[in-house]
Amino acid sequence: MERDKNFVLGVFDDEDVLLDAVSKVRGSGVKIHEVYSPFPVHGIDDVLGYKRSRLPIAAFLFGILGTTLALVMQFYMMKIDWPMIIGGKDHAAFPDFIPVTFELTVLLAAFGMVGVFMVSSNLKPWAQPRIFDLRITDDKHVMAIDLATNASLGEEKIGDILKSSGATEVNKKSFE
Amino acid sequence: MQVTSSVREPLITGGKTLKDVTHDVSRQVEGKPTLGWILGLLVAVGALLLGSLALVATLWEGIGMWGLNKTIGWAWDITNFVWWVGIGHAGTLISAVLLLFRQKWRMAINRAAEAMTIFAVICAAMFPIIHMGRPWLGAYWALPLPNTFGSLWVNFNSPLLWDVFAISTYFSVSLVFWYIGLIPDFATIRDRATGLRKTIYGALSFGWDGAAKTWSRYESVALILAGLATPLVLSVHTIVSFDFATSVIPGWHTTIFPPYFVAGAIFSGFAMVLTLMIITRKVFKLEDYITIGHIELMNIVIIITGSIVGIAYITEFFIAWYSGVAAEQYAFINRAFGPYWWAYWSMMTCNVISPQLFWFKKIRTSIVATFILSLVVNIGMWFERFVIIVTSLHRDFLPSSWAMFYPTLSDIGVYLFTFGLFFTLFLLFAKFFPVINMAEVKSIVKSSSEKVNK
Repeated sequence: MERDKNFVLGVFDDEDVLLDAVSKVRGSGVKIHEVYSPFPVHGIDDVLGYKRSRLPIAAFLFGILGTTLALVMQFYMMKIDWPMIIGGKDHAAFPDFIPVTFELTVLLAAFGMVGVFMVSSNLKPWAQPRIFDLRITDDKHVMAIDLATNASLGEEKIGDILKSSGATEVNKKSFE
Repeated sequence: MQVTSSVREPLITGGKTLKDVTHDVSRQVEGKPTLGWILGLLVAVGALLLGSLALVATLWEGIGMWGLNKTIGWAWDITNFVWWVGIGHAGTLISAVLLLFRQKWRMAINRAAEAMTIFAVICAAMFPIIHMGRPWLGAYWALPLPNTFGSLWVNFNSPLLWDVFAISTYFSVSLVFWYIGLIPDFATIRDRATGLRKTIYGALSFGWDGAAKTWSRYESVALILAGLATPLVLSVHTIVSFDFATSVIPGWHTTIFPPYFVAGAIFSGFAMVLTLMIITRKVFKLEDYITIGHIELMNIVIIITGSIVGIAYITEFFIAWYSGVAAEQYAFINRAFGPYWWAYWSMMTCNVISPQLFWFKKIRTSIVATFILSLVVNIGMWFERFVIIVTSLHRDFLPSSWAMFYPTLSDIGVYLFTFGLFFTLFLLFAKFFPVINMAEVKSIVKSSSEKVNK
């Protein structure tokens, strides 16, 4: 069977039942493709075994880049390219450069991190998402299990595991 | 297991389920516009068009169309600029600072407050741009662009330039923060829609699918953006206050300005949020989400920041006397008892005395009283900026050049233009965007609802 095409879906109504179910389903040896929710469920990334997002590191690096660019730009323009005495101060009046440096640090950190988020999560206006169930963005949580990666268990067995761990419905979904 | 606190008031009333949240918020995006909305939009667009006559006249003839003179070089323009920027502080404060403090009541109001922030900052930015006189050349004066004068760069020692960076960073980061929050809600509307609406909201939702991995990243982005936006929101009005505080004008040259301006900004921002939310909750029947509890909490923020502002006014006066500088002392006596005494005492009444009424629980939980006081606060905050700017300038160092400021039709018209722009944008937002962050509210339905949905 081909991967990433045929799924068994467990539909859950309640986020706490879902959290328990993820542990139970994984405990019985089923590999979960992904869980889809209408809102962020706290702690689900831990039970699914996801690593902590590295986006804060991206934000930090972009922030450092912003600080560096802002300072280099201001020193170059005010001290090297066209030195001028303003208010009797040194050409490179370092304390005066702090506000712009701070703003550019925040600007680059924010835009850099959001850019990385967009790319890593494939968010773009022309993206065509695979929608497992239209109720995911309304009121249902859906656990998707790829039949191909769980071939040894079989569809019925997976359905039973989902039912016994609290799914209110078990559906099948295939993509072209 | 459900635990409902017997101490805390529920954040959502009416026993709402997840489905109710989707329905209650999506309904006005999907329904036909109401008569009230159409009338409101007509009034707003009318003000925009009427005001644009003054705007065009100002751009065509130059800022000589305004009531400025040799002594008073800054008046309504900068007053309006600071006033709008101040209003634009509440949104990011609510969504960023209250997120860091884990204040869940923010979730029902942050979307509309952030929209208000973005629109208010657009209105604010109009004024310095118009004040340039020839805004089509403005990019060379405001941004470090290479030019044929050498390159002669912008002056990084100037607080006016810091303001350019502060306001544009604040605007763009707030816009991104707001949009990231909108993506999951656009996906909700997409999945309920068919035809053209599905295509449009599909594009707006950026292909959101609600995967746990994406939510985990989303939460991390929201937290870091909040951490970045918190010092940012404080920096913006600090830098706006530097425009005055770093000068040597008596009445402006004080170190109290940054915290005083920031408190004033939060004060006026929350007042504007209340004005808008009281109408929005009524018109869109969202009383179960934006409850009296929310209004009361915002009123408490108004008491605190209003009192900080009051203390700042008194401190300024004391320091002017204590400094022993005759010019400084005169500036403040002139403020309170000079020809602009009416502006000073309007400011004192509206900003210092009226918010103290919120100490009474009856008043801070009354919708009518809150609505009236929210307008009073915004009038007071406009007068605060007018008092600081005009009364400090109008009697300068040479008595022969003392003058008064009289606004012209162009001054009034450009101000009207920004009102038209603000309300047009807000009404379009209220109709076509989900006014409440559905995804965030859904995450607290179970723990903070009046009735547990099970």
